[in-house]
Amino acid sequence: MNETILLAHGSGSKLSHDLIEKKLLRPLNNQLLAKLDDSAVFDLKGKLAFTTDSYVVSPLFFPGGDIGKLAVCGTVNDLAMSGAVPMYLSLSLIIEEGLLLSELDKIINSIKIAAEEAEIKIITGDTKVVNRGSADRLFINTAGIGIVPKGIDISGANARAGDKVILSGNIGDHGIAVMSQREGLKFSVPVQSDCAPLNKLVAQMLEVSPKIHSLRDPTRGGLATTLNEIAKQSDVGIRIYEDRIPVNDGVRGACELLGFDALYVANEGKLIAIVDAEDADKILNKMKQHLYGGNSAIIGEITPEHKGKVVMKTRLGASRIVDMLSGELLPRIC
Amino acid sequence: MKFIDEYRDTELAKKLVKRIERLSTRPTRLMEFCGGHTVGIMKNGLRQLLPPTVEMLSGPGCPVCVTANADIDKAIALANLSDVIITTFGDMMKVPGSYSSLQQARAQGGDIRIVYSTQDALQIARDNSAKSVIFIGIGFETTAPTIAASILQAKAEKIGNFYVLCLLKLCPPVMKALLDLGEIKLDGIVCPGHVSAIIGSHPYEFIPSNYGIACVVSGFESLDILLSVAMLVEQIETGNPRVEIAYRRGVKPEGNIKALELMEKVYETDKADWRGIGEIPGSGLKLKKEYEKFDANLSFNFTVKPVQEAKGCICGEILRGVKTPADCKLFRKVCIPENPVGPCMVSSEGACSAYYMYGDGL
Repeated sequence: MNETILLAHGSGSKLSHDLIEKKLLRPLNNQLLAKLDDSAVFDLKGKLAFTTDSYVVSPLFFPGGDIGKLAVCGTVNDLAMSGAVPMYLSLSLIIEEGLLLSELDKIINSIKIAAEEAEIKIITGDTKVVNRGSADRLFINTAGIGIVPKGIDISGANARAGDKVILSGNIGDHGIAVMSQREGLKFSVPVQSDCAPLNKLVAQMLEVSPKIHSLRDPTRGGLATTLNEIAKQSDVGIRIYEDRIPVNDGVRGACELLGFDALYVANEGKLIAIVDAEDADKILNKMKQHLYGGNSAIIGEITPEHKGKVVMKTRLGASRIVDMLSGELLPRIC
Repeated sequence: MKFIDEYRDTELAKKLVKRIERLSTRPTRLMEFCGGHTVGIMKNGLRQLLPPTVEMLSGPGCPVCVTANADIDKAIALANLSDVIITTFGDMMKVPGSYSSLQQARAQGGDIRIVYSTQDALQIARDNSAKSVIFIGIGFETTAPTIAASILQAKAEKIGNFYVLCLLKLCPPVMKALLDLGEIKLDGIVCPGHVSAIIGSHPYEFIPSNYGIACVVSGFESLDILLSVAMLVEQIETGNPRVEIAYRRGVKPEGNIKALELMEKVYETDKADWRGIGEIPGSGLKLKKEYEKFDANLSFNFTVKPVQEAKGCICGEILRGVKTPADCKLFRKVCIPENPVGPCMVSSEGACSAYYMYGDGL
């Protein structure tokens, strides 16, 4: 029952073909993938967005998701943050010999479910098996391609003084969920990773207003780091309000225990939108109706002062700088 | 969140600030002893809320920051031995010693693992019986009892491959040493919270009686700190310096008897080397003879190159309260969290890191 991946699964032999046929092609099947040519050939018209990301999260399975779901959502979200409609995905697996086939099945199934939800097709892929010790069980790379609809111009460089900053929900869930499973640090918190594809949320936001200037998903480095990136890219200041940033109690408790600041903890299913003040309420209301935006809030605004910096009004009414994350000691979270 | 939000209440904080404003009539200089206090002050922007009469100085209460270069060099030398696993609290990883850091030693092949408690280190020892597992025992009275407990447990379970590099330090002796140096004139001290949870408030009695300086034991939330400042200002303004506890939910005057017994059983006092301050007699702990087979200092052969101090770094003066991070030429320029020159920039509780992270005087 405990069948594992062998080096021979990556040798190009019959075993390799079997693995691809049964474990990958069957669950992820579509016309383009089924051709099994050296490359997928397709037509796409319009302005394209193209992105890639590698996933090395440890552990592979965590509350609320696994590396497979992450590998789809992460890349889908990178496309969505450019306003693109995700179309196609590549899937590349680097497997350490000894990985249980049952675990691989579980991960591929997560990939299938996440891809279906995001309505993106996996149309090309690769599988390599490496010696024990050369990888940590499984690494995944995905690249994604999407179409940017006409009239959409979203960039981290487009934030303007007066714009509002919207956050799509509670911060820190993913980082704490993964950390709670880390070897030597297992603790029980009622926190699930927020890992989710955000492309449909973005599509609905764009439906009510095209005046979205910047979109970012605050993954590694958390909300603080992402806001700093936007402040620098757009050469503006950002002011946020501590009491408006939603954090769930499980995350707050874990942060208190571990000495972390939730502002720096990773998310995998949240976005920050910098939008024209005029349309902020309209966009916020739409976000609140969406499954992945229920707890959305306007957390601050873009200012002409303190360019390149993020300043937070604390609960007590004082101000403090919110700097970028500087190499905290966190496990691999994505 | 329960038991947290109550201590961050905005309305109560405003009332305390008003009380401090009302009470404070003359320039008053307070030292917050703990790095945790410094972070609480900076993170909540408390300095901006206090009246200009109240000056807050950061003290030496950050265990990572006061660890001497020589001791970090020692930890790295141990990490370079074969068949050794170093276990350490995460904050120690990036602290630069004379030539390197534990982080660099790990990149060069040293087996160095971050743990969150001594129990994790013991487990690593159980799981790796062919290797020697050394725990880098830094901290004040707060961490000393759990390290003592791990040693007793290792003894009871006959775990023969567990060792502690004991770098533990004591707070009251360094407070005395600072006051005896006489470099800074203080009116009051925000005394350590978690240290006092162990040792109680009695060990500070010498401060008001011998030096006439007010003492209040404080917790780490914004209301804790504001309340402590209010109590200190009241003591100072009424000319009645004494030891009081603001952190009543965590600290009893007699401390934690059980923890003190554990410490008494395992350690004896020893001199200790403090960064920026030097050697202070009776300010450290070492393992008693009975437990010396767990002492990494005595159990391994290793050589350490002569100690070198980083040029231009004023962590020592900052730890003594003589200077602030803003006085340092390296601060924000050469010395940044990604490339820390001194330990005060490394530890999350270091004064330089707190000033850097949360900004001062916006």
